[in-house]
Amino acid sequence: MGYVLKRLLLMIPTLLLISFVVFVIIQLPPGDYLESYIAELQAQGESVDMEKVAYLREEYGLDKSFGEQYLSWVTGFVQGDYGYSFEYDLPVSEVVGDRMYLTILVSVLTIFFTWIIAFPIGLYSATHQYSWGDYGLTFIGFIGLATPNFLLALVMLYFANVYFGTSIGGLMDEAYINEPWSWGKIKSVLEHLWIPVVVIGTSGTAGMIRRLRANLLDELHKPYVTTARAKGLPEVRLLLKYPFRVSLNFFIADIGSMLPSIISGAEIVALVLSLPTTGPMLLGALQSQDMYLAGSFLMFLSLLTVIGVLISDLLLAVLDPRIRLEGGVKK
Amino acid sequence: MKAESLSPIEHEMLEISDLVVEFEMPGGSVRALDRISFKVREGTTLALVGESGSGKSVCAQAILGILPTNAHIRSGSIQFRDPKKKGHCVDIASLKSTGDEMRSIRGGQISIIFQEPMVSMSSMHTIGDQVSEALFLHRKIDKDQGLQLTQEMLGLVGFRNPQQSMQLYPFELSGGLRQRAMIAMALVCHPSLLIADEPTTALDVTVQKQILKLIRRLQSELNMAMLLITHDLGVVANMADEVVVMYHGRVMECGSVEQIFNKPEHPYLQSLLRAVPRFNLAEGERLNPIRGSEDKSNQLGDLYKPWEESQREHSHHLSIRGLSKFFIRRQGNWLGKTTAEEHIYAVRDFSLDIAVGESLGLVGESGCGKTTLSKMLMCGLEPSAGSIVYNDRGTSVRLLELRGRSLEQFRPKMQLVFQDPYSSLSPRMSVNDIICEPLLIHNIGDRAYRNKRARQLMDLVGLPVQALNRYPHSFSGGQRQRISIARALALSPDLLILDEPVSALDVSVQAQILNLLKDLQKELGLTYLFISHNLAVVDYIAERVVVMCHGQIVEIAQAGELFKNPLHPYTTTLINAVPAPDLNHLLDFNSKDIGISQPEYWPAPYTLSPHVSSELVEIETDRWVRVHCDAK
Repeated sequence: MGYVLKRLLLMIPTLLLISFVVFVIIQLPPGDYLESYIAELQAQGESVDMEKVAYLREEYGLDKSFGEQYLSWVTGFVQGDYGYSFEYDLPVSEVVGDRMYLTILVSVLTIFFTWIIAFPIGLYSATHQYSWGDYGLTFIGFIGLATPNFLLALVMLYFANVYFGTSIGGLMDEAYINEPWSWGKIKSVLEHLWIPVVVIGTSGTAGMIRRLRANLLDELHKPYVTTARAKGLPEVRLLLKYPFRVSLNFFIADIGSMLPSIISGAEIVALVLSLPTTGPMLLGALQSQDMYLAGSFLMFLSLLTVIGVLISDLLLAVLDPRIRLEGGVKK
Repeated sequence: MKAESLSPIEHEMLEISDLVVEFEMPGGSVRALDRISFKVREGTTLALVGESGSGKSVCAQAILGILPTNAHIRSGSIQFRDPKKKGHCVDIASLKSTGDEMRSIRGGQISIIFQEPMVSMSSMHTIGDQVSEALFLHRKIDKDQGLQLTQEMLGLVGFRNPQQSMQLYPFELSGGLRQRAMIAMALVCHPSLLIADEPTTALDVTVQKQILKLIRRLQSELNMAMLLITHDLGVVANMADEVVVMYHGRVMECGSVEQIFNKPEHPYLQSLLRAVPRFNLAEGERLNPIRGSEDKSNQLGDLYKPWEESQREHSHHLSIRGLSKFFIRRQGNWLGKTTAEEHIYAVRDFSLDIAVGESLGLVGESGCGKTTLSKMLMCGLEPSAGSIVYNDRGTSVRLLELRGRSLEQFRPKMQLVFQDPYSSLSPRMSVNDIICEPLLIHNIGDRAYRNKRARQLMDLVGLPVQALNRYPHSFSGGQRQRISIARALALSPDLLILDEPVSALDVSVQAQILNLLKDLQKELGLTYLFISHNLAVVDYIAERVVVMCHGQIVEIAQAGELFKNPLHPYTTTLINAVPAPDLNHLLDFNSKDIGISQPEYWPAPYTLSPHVSSELVEIETDRWVRVHCDAK
C-alpha cells in the first residue's frame, strides 16, 4: 500500500515540473495572443482601440511577469479554473467540454480494439511460425501498417456512408451536437465511433502483432515451457499459462506510452474525420497562440500520460512477482 | 535385486530398440540418434553418459514425446511398461506427441528434472502452483487434497517449512532449493520412471552431494527407475547401476557400472576416463584430451620478455592486504527513509600474496565472494577497504590509487578470462576483430601489426589462422574458450585471472583447455589466479590453493598437501563432496555435513561467528588456517 501512496505523491512534483515546461513552451514564441490579434486587425485595415487592448492585457494578466502569470495559472488549474480562451471568448473548461471525455473514450476503445485483434493473431502467428497462416496474417498486418491513416479514414467514411448510411464525419449525428445526452445520442455516438477506433487502431494493431509474435517466439523455446510440456499440460493451456503470461508484461508496460501516442497520433485522422476530440482544437489553439487553451490541453495530455504510467506500473507489480518482490530490496 | 520374481520382460520397464531420430535441417536431415538400444529395469538407475551433442538429451526428449518440431522418429521403438499397470505396454515412438495418451504418460508416469532450475521454472508462478500442476492434471483429486499432497512432497524433498514455501517464487530460493522444488515437481505424481537430465551440473559440489543423496533416497522410497543423463563420470560412479556411453548419436559401450569403470573396452570410453582430472593424478601427469589439438609453433619472441631476476625479487606479483567489500542493505519506510542498515560482506579482510609465475587456485562455493574479489582486482569494483600492490616488473604499483589515464595504461598488465565462452564473445564481431579489439582500445600498432598479432595468438592457442574471419557461433565451446584466452593474451599481460574458465565445457574439452593453460604458463611465464569451484581441476592446474568461504580465506596450502590432508572442516567437506570417477572412492552419503556453509556450526577452534574475531594462523610453513582468536 505504501508503494501506491508513494507513487501517487510522486505524481505531484512530476506534474508541477511538466506544467512549468508547458508554460515556458507556450510563452516561447514572441508576442502573445493580443499582439497577433492586433496585427490581424491592422492587416485587415480596421482601427485598434488601444484602450481596450490595454484593458484586456491587464484583465488577463498578460502585462505581469512570467512568474506571476505561471503562478496564477497553476493555482487556478488546481481549483478547476483552467483560464480563458481568447479565441472562443469563453472559459477553457466550457470550450473543451465533452471533447475531453470523447477523446478518452476513443483512446480507451482503440486500446481495447488493438488488444482484441492483436492477441489472437499474435498467438497464432507465433505458434505457427513460417506457416501460410503466419505469412498471410503478417502480410495483412503490414498492409495495415503501411496504409496512411487518413487514407484509410476517407475510404472507410465513404463505405460507411454508402452501406450503413452513417453521416460523414463527426462522432454523432449533427442533430445531437450540443444537445444533452440521451439514448439517441449515445446510439449515434456508437454508430460513428467504430470508424475512428478501427482507423486509429489499425496501425497500432499491426505493430503489436509483430511485437507479440517476436516476444512469444523468444519465450516459446525457454526451458520452463519444456518443463510444463513435460508435465503433460495440453498445448493451449500451456501457451496461455506460461509464455503468454510473460509476454503480457510489455503490453502493460506499454499502456503509459500508448495513451498519449494514440491521442497525438490520431490528430490527423481526427481532422480528416472532423471528430469532436481534442486533437484538432489543440492544433488550432497552438496556431493562434491561445495560450490557456493550449496549456490546458497539454496539461491534460500529461496528466493522462502520468496516470497511464502509474496504471501500468501498478499492474506490472500485480502481475509480475519479480517486480513486486525484488523491487523492495535496495542496494 | 529385489524384483526377482518378475518375469524378465516385466522387469524391463523401458526398452528402446534401434531408435533413429533425425532433425530436418535446411541442408538436409541430420541423424541425432543412430539405432540406439538400451533397457531400463525397474527400480534401477541407468546412466547415459556422453559429451554435449552426443544425443543424450534428444534421447530423453524422445522418451517423453517432447522432441522439437523439426525432429522425427524415423524408426525403432520405445516400449514402456508401467510396473503399476501390470501387462500394459505402449510403444511411445508410435504415439502422437500431443495426444491424450502421451500426455497422460508425460508427467504422470515418466517425468523429468532439468539441468538449470532457474530457467526451467517460470518465475511468474509460485512454487506451490507449479509443483501441484502435474498432480491436478493427472490425478482426479480435489483442491485441498492436492495442495496437502504437494506440501507433503515439498517436505519430502527437504523444504523446512512446506506450507510457507508454497507461496514462494523460484527466484526467492537458492539454487539448491530450486532444484529440490524441481524434483518435487517431477515426483509429485509418483512416476515410475524419472529422467534426470544433468540434475546437478549447475550446482556446487556440496549442494550436488545433497541433491544426489536426496534423489537416491526418494528413488528407493518410491521404488522408481531412473535414467540419469550426465557428462560427469564422478556422478555416474556414485549413482548408476548400469551405464550407456554415447558418442555422436551412437551407443559406444554399455554394461554394469563395474564393467564400465573397471574394464572399459571401447577406446572412446578409455580416453574419456583419462580426460577427467582426479585428485590422485601422479606428479606431472597430463590429462589426455580425447581429440588431440594441433601442435603449435611458437614464435613469441616479440610478445613476451622473460622476467629478470631483480624484477622477480622485487616483491610478490600481487599483494592483497585487508581487502573488503560490503554492500549495505537498507530497510526503509515508504518515504525511502532508512530505518535500519545492515552490512553484508561479500569479501572480508582478504590478504594474500601471489608470487611471480605462480599458479594460484581459488576455491569456494557460489556466493563466497570469488567473483567480487576478481572484479576488485581488475579495478572494476571499488573495495570498501584494503590495498592491492602489483609488482610491475620491478616497480610497485598501488592499484587502488590508479585513476583515469594511469589506470588505463595499467590495464594491459592484468587480464580476465570469463566463465561462459558463449556469452563473453560478441556474436557480431569476427574472431579477428575480437582478438584485435584490446589492441585497438590501447592504440597499439597499425592494422597490419594487429592482424599479424592476431595470427600469432591464434597459433598460440591452437586454432587455425584461417578461422580468423569466422564468427563465434561457428565454433564449439572449447574453441570459443581458446578465442577468449587469445583475446586475454593480446595485450601480453603478466597476470591472468581465470574465472571458472572450464566449468561450462565438456570433460574432454576441459582437458584440452587445462593443458593449453598449463603450456601457456610454462612458455610465457604467466602468473595465474585460477578461480573454480571444481577442486579436481584446481588440483590439476594450481600449485597453491586458497579456500574461501563467506568472503574469507579459511585455508591456504600447497595443492597436493591440501587435498591429501585438509585441516579445515570446510575444506574437508568440500573435498569429500567431489564425486570421484572411481568405484573405490564413492561418496559417503551418510556423513553428516550439517551447517557446512554456516561457520557458526564449524567445530572448535574453527567456529566463526560475526561476534568473534578470527585470524589466519600459519600452522606449518606455507600452511594457513583460519581459527578464532582465543584458540591459540
